[in-house]
Amino acid sequence: MADPTPLIALIGIWRTYGTGEATVHALAGIDLTIDRGEFVAIMGPSGSGKSTAMNIIGCLDAPTAGHYLFDGVEVAGLTRDQRALLRRHYLGFVFQGYNLLARTSALKNVELPLIYKGLPRAERIALAMEALEKVGLADRAHHDPSQLSGGQQQRVAIARALAGKPRVMLADEPTGNLDTKRSIEIMKVLERLNGEDGLTIVMVTHEEDMAQFSNRLIWMVDGKIARDEPTRKVA
Amino acid sequence: MLWETFLLALQAILRNSMRSFLTVLGIVIGVAAVIAMVTVGQGSADQVTADVEKLGSNIVMVIPGQDAMRGGPSGLAPQPFSMKDNDAVEALSPVAVAAPISQGRERAVFGNENWRTDITGTDNRYFEAAQWELERGRLFEDGEIKSGKAVCVIGETVRDKLFGNADPLGETIRIKSMSCEVIGLTKSKGASTFGSDQDDFVIMPIKTYFRRVAGNNDVGLIFASIRDGASIPDAMDDVSALMRERRLIGVGEEDDFEVMDMEQLTTMLTGITGILTGLLAAVAAVSLLVGGIGIMNIMLVSVTERTREIGIRLAVGAQARQVLMQFLVEAIVLSLFGGLIGIFLGLGLGLLGSSYLNVPFQPQVSIILLAFGFSAAVGVVFGYFPARRAARMSPIDSLRHE
Repeated sequence: MADPTPLIALIGIWRTYGTGEATVHALAGIDLTIDRGEFVAIMGPSGSGKSTAMNIIGCLDAPTAGHYLFDGVEVAGLTRDQRALLRRHYLGFVFQGYNLLARTSALKNVELPLIYKGLPRAERIALAMEALEKVGLADRAHHDPSQLSGGQQQRVAIARALAGKPRVMLADEPTGNLDTKRSIEIMKVLERLNGEDGLTIVMVTHEEDMAQFSNRLIWMVDGKIARDEPTRKVA
Repeated sequence: MLWETFLLALQAILRNSMRSFLTVLGIVIGVAAVIAMVTVGQGSADQVTADVEKLGSNIVMVIPGQDAMRGGPSGLAPQPFSMKDNDAVEALSPVAVAAPISQGRERAVFGNENWRTDITGTDNRYFEAAQWELERGRLFEDGEIKSGKAVCVIGETVRDKLFGNADPLGETIRIKSMSCEVIGLTKSKGASTFGSDQDDFVIMPIKTYFRRVAGNNDVGLIFASIRDGASIPDAMDDVSALMRERRLIGVGEEDDFEVMDMEQLTTMLTGITGILTGLLAAVAAVSLLVGGIGIMNIMLVSVTERTREIGIRLAVGAQARQVLMQFLVEAIVLSLFGGLIGIFLGLGLGLLGSSYLNVPFQPQVSIILLAFGFSAAVGVVFGYFPARRAARMSPIDSLRHE
């Protein structure tokens, strides 16, 4: 290991909703480290806390208690705006529902995070086109989401997550809205990004088949990690 | 970044162009009303000044009674002037000419036609002081003035109403029980600023008027022109002192007459336009308020509709401030659009109104800038609340929003 500091280290993370009788512990003291270049799949039944874990790793949410070291830096206590900066510079997101801006070209969608990075227009377009090429959609750059298939839309979303060259890509059920054939296409794209570019990927899924594209599978139950094991591919 | 935000706002507004237009209608109406009214008002004021200047800036008018300018009640009916008062005014050294004037409204009849008009009794000095010119015919002869002969000079409107296409000169019109020969026709002056017809009158020798129309010898107004080079305030003081003496007003008592120069007359006349402008400004302010609430409403709708978009932006790293700016700029751009449309509409209406009222078209740069600034302010004030709501959204919840 060139760098001994893990990229992501969750130490005793709790996430609690509500108070008193109605208290729900979505995460009940999680410890988890993820190194650079890993492709981790998080699985678990509904309400197991896998999405909450994802939101915390993705800095969309802050833990109620515990430490979160991102590249060795404590980020658990950051403010909303500080977390936004962290997302802007180090994280990329892919969602189940694609979440592309309607009536906005694929290129413009991919450019979006770069606008917030404050990059000049020419550089934004170059980076966005590069990301679209990586997902094989350079020829669709000027199509609106409504003119693209579900699989293509999700690939645009992946390009958007890639454009800012993040340290980690977070994918929340990226194949949840797709049929098996398209799902496999998407997973192959992720697998290639992880294998060829060494991109660290954390993915939540409820499909075992899709989880098998990753290297490591974390199984959550009731806000705790029940199993943490390499996938068949690795084993 | 700000430019990006501006383009983004433009896109969002154009995406719902019909809705955006209806939203800004309140602003459009408010701004258009202000611009149109101020434009026409300024044109009217300028026209009044020009009209008064046409009379000559060296004119001083003396009117019995006080409060004529303020329009308030004058208590006792003022004691009128006499011909001797007029002659005394004319005898003052700074006064070039003073004309006695008595006026009333009567019906003038010719054949089957009749027309209610201003009947003015005066003499040739009035034509001189007021610089009236004749289109055709002649002025009064000295003998006619002295004897109070039944002759008259008529304005263009009276000619048109009573004679149509016929030649009025030499014809006889009837006023009350008197028959009066038309000897002259004045040059048309057209409508004045307030739409009053300046050609609607019959002028006759003042003695004729006293005897045949009024039934008394009261002079209602002394119309004096001041010699070139003489100071008008000094002349007014002289007239004032003379009249106080003649009317036996003791030291410390108030004048029971008024001496007005053209400046005061202009102020009095333009004051009316000022009141109208003020009233309309109040209406416009209400319209802008309603317009602002409309913008706030539609921005709230927009924020709700675009919850997912906000979620996406937050997820890719937008800070609360940036989301706030996005929606605030959108509200401001929307409001400014309304302001711009309103300015053009207002200028158009102002142009129409000015040409209709026959006054100069006077667009005011200051009021246009003010309207522009005001609509921007409306955008800021009413856009802030919806924008803050957007900025405070949680990225997780807004991404899940259906």
